[in-house]
Amino acid sequence: MIRQPDPKPDVMARRDSIVAGLRALLPETGLIAEPLRLKPYETDGLSAYRQVPLAVALPETTEQVAAVLRYCHRNGVRVVPRGAGTSLSGGALPMEDAVVVGMMRMNQVLDINYPDRCAVVQAGVTNIGITNAVSADGFFYAPDPSSQLACMIGGNVNMNSGGAHCLKYGVTANNLLGLKIVTINGEIIDIGGAHLDAAGYDWLGLLTGSEGMLAIVTEITVRILRSPEGARAMLAAFSSNEIAGGAVDAIISSGIIPVALEFMDRPAIHACEAFAHAGYPLDAEAMLIIEVEGSVEEQDRLLGQLSAICQKFDPISLKISQSPEESAAIWKGRKGAFGAVGRISPDYLCMDGTIPTSQLPLVLRRIQEMSDSYGLKVANIFHAGDGNLHPLIMFDANDEASFHAAEEFGADILRLCVEVGGCLTGEHGVGIEKRDLMPVQFHAHELQQQRRLKSAFDPDWLLNPSKVFPLLEPGAIELPQAA
Amino acid sequence: MTTEDSIVAAVAEAVRTREPLLVQGNGTKAGMLRPVQAARTLSTAGLSGVNLYAPKELIISAASGTPLPDIENALAAAGQHLIAEPPDLSDLLGATGKPQTLGGVVATNLSGPRRVAWGAMRDHVMGVRAVTGRAEIIRSGGRVLKNVTGLDLCKLFTGSHGTLGIITEITLKVLPAPEATGTLILQGLDAAAGVAALSAALGSPFGVSGAAWLPPEAAARVPGLGGIAGSATLIRIEEFAPSVIYRIGRLKDQFAAAGAVTLDTNASLAVWKDVRDARPLAVGPGDAVWRVSTRPSSGPSVLNALRPAGVVGFLDWGGGLAWLAGPADTATHAAVEAAARAAGGVWTLMLAPDSLRSIVRVVPDEPAALARITREVKAAMDPSGILNPGRLYAGL
Repeated sequence: MIRQPDPKPDVMARRDSIVAGLRALLPETGLIAEPLRLKPYETDGLSAYRQVPLAVALPETTEQVAAVLRYCHRNGVRVVPRGAGTSLSGGALPMEDAVVVGMMRMNQVLDINYPDRCAVVQAGVTNIGITNAVSADGFFYAPDPSSQLACMIGGNVNMNSGGAHCLKYGVTANNLLGLKIVTINGEIIDIGGAHLDAAGYDWLGLLTGSEGMLAIVTEITVRILRSPEGARAMLAAFSSNEIAGGAVDAIISSGIIPVALEFMDRPAIHACEAFAHAGYPLDAEAMLIIEVEGSVEEQDRLLGQLSAICQKFDPISLKISQSPEESAAIWKGRKGAFGAVGRISPDYLCMDGTIPTSQLPLVLRRIQEMSDSYGLKVANIFHAGDGNLHPLIMFDANDEASFHAAEEFGADILRLCVEVGGCLTGEHGVGIEKRDLMPVQFHAHELQQQRRLKSAFDPDWLLNPSKVFPLLEPGAIELPQAA
Repeated sequence: MTTEDSIVAAVAEAVRTREPLLVQGNGTKAGMLRPVQAARTLSTAGLSGVNLYAPKELIISAASGTPLPDIENALAAAGQHLIAEPPDLSDLLGATGKPQTLGGVVATNLSGPRRVAWGAMRDHVMGVRAVTGRAEIIRSGGRVLKNVTGLDLCKLFTGSHGTLGIITEITLKVLPAPEATGTLILQGLDAAAGVAALSAALGSPFGVSGAAWLPPEAAARVPGLGGIAGSATLIRIEEFAPSVIYRIGRLKDQFAAAGAVTLDTNASLAVWKDVRDARPLAVGPGDAVWRVSTRPSSGPSVLNALRPAGVVGFLDWGGGLAWLAGPADTATHAAVEAAARAAGGVWTLMLAPDSLRSIVRVVPDEPAALARITREVKAAMDPSGILNPGRLYAGL
């Protein structure tokens, strides 16, 4: 079980007065403290861990966020920011003595500006909500995490979320222009704006992916892009992971950067086909979904070239989508991968590491060996163009031994990612899940330097303090002040 | 010989003696921002060489002192390029006879015309090694394309002008260079009409990767625009050759403007290199140079507001980047600040005599709450204040 810092006794003792104090700062229904109504906030997308918080605040304006933080700062109360609660790394897991600040009521699109290709949205707007607001005019917001129907842009900013199309369009950090943030002492600060590349330090870049540890983000200025004329996908199936990996290398070497390049291994293919009936080849060991964009003629030309490249790797099958419906079916299987695995296993852990793409065959072989030795099945889905691996480890949460084995298996995979030159997390964040693995990737003094940066924003360590960094034993190392 | 260890030793010594260091590569951008008062200079120029280049993984790692042309040549040999198209401003800022370094373009986060579509230098820094003002080597990021492990110090170091640490190694994402480049030129539009056309082009489905507006006197300074009368509104497509022909054709139909002309790949490469390096800017002897970044539609208002002050310029990034040159005095600088502020944008003083750049705000002041965080972060990274003190802000 993941260790949490001890609750602050003085905060627990003052629970009722803290609830009353916060209630006075918020609209009538804006504070939740009844045990039954706190229950839905006890976990997030990493549902193996649960902790009911002290209270949940649901502000409707930036000023209310500021008032809540100012109160918490003055009273030494810890704060856990929360968007839709879809974090797969436990980024929004509450603490017993913490106030969860939920952003779901700040769900307005405030401004859309097509000449300047940007939109201003509140943190509680869903990822797909941004695209929905501009799609009738032919625009879209590019990062597309699999949870995009539910996840909120504020959470995307804090986790620097990616998606299947970031090989071409980049991750969240590459698609932001400005933020409105509230610091722990309740100050409201505008970072950036509608312009590119603000002078001074890159606060936008540092805050993106900071996992709620530096400030609460209330408004975001995002770049919106004009949609391409069209897009089309193809499927290429191969007889081994090595051969499919070779095809990925050959595609990148050809100078073609597909808008998406997804890799699925045999267990993933079978799980997704049973779920989505997308026509995936069940006799293949590995399969690529390749998508290109442009006019129909451009799509034809690129897909023809990609087919010719794949032909050199003795594909079991090649299938070029002939219609938007066929492309949608191809994607339905991939995007439904989590649900598909959920159908064949009572529970699963979705891991998220990145590796140099050249290491893919080795890494998949080692994962298979681990799967055999742990006695747990695994399905691998991989953003092949950028090396982001998502092994889905299947286990049974009702069996404690099975859960612990799955956790160990996952940790071994992430250690392997670091060992071959990669990293612990490509797009899900460290959260609580990978916190204690951070020393695998970073030296102690490097973590200490990152902690100092947190201290520069949050000297009392009140903002999401149990995430990202391994807990320090009391007295072992001083919690650093910034300087 | 310079090594990472010798840089650590030099920083440790500077901390001990409390003597500030001027941190630079080859010093080609020493004229930017505020002058640094330092007892000694610490150069990364001796740290040179590509340490890893994996074209199939779209990754290159090199020591920070590596001359940028060496990087560009290594990439070109494999058909790839630097995504952010960093400019070579050595002529503009005062040629030192030495090439700019990789560390220099990262520390200044300078990006060229492609920035409008494909991101800035900071968007493609996947990993850094740096020596902090604590004389410690720290790493952030790595050698993979997607990485959200811990706080993103790559972004913090990029554009920090050597004030938070001395970058020793940089890993960049790179991409295949386009097979062909084409340019559509609309002639004779005023700034507002030109930027409106650029907005329409950037808002088209055709993947425009360059969008600049040059007033007549700026266009006249670009040899590749010899036949153009009046202003030039430039729209670039970088793609496979058939796509360049198709997309330029569609854009030409869209604007159907009289006198629209197109440039082929070679002509396009020459023109956009000049735009990248700010050669359309007429810089008189002793002039100051500014870059102002605004929302694209406000670019024309910046140019128009400053013309009476004797400031000339041109627009890149679809109108969002104004390159400006004018008299190097406090009144003109104040006018640039006012014009940038009125447009909701920010300015950077790129070139000015020490007498001016040491007394003005070379970049905007931050609001008080953010300025406090800036001081705390600076203190966290460089507690003795020995790295390029005063470069960005007086007293920091």
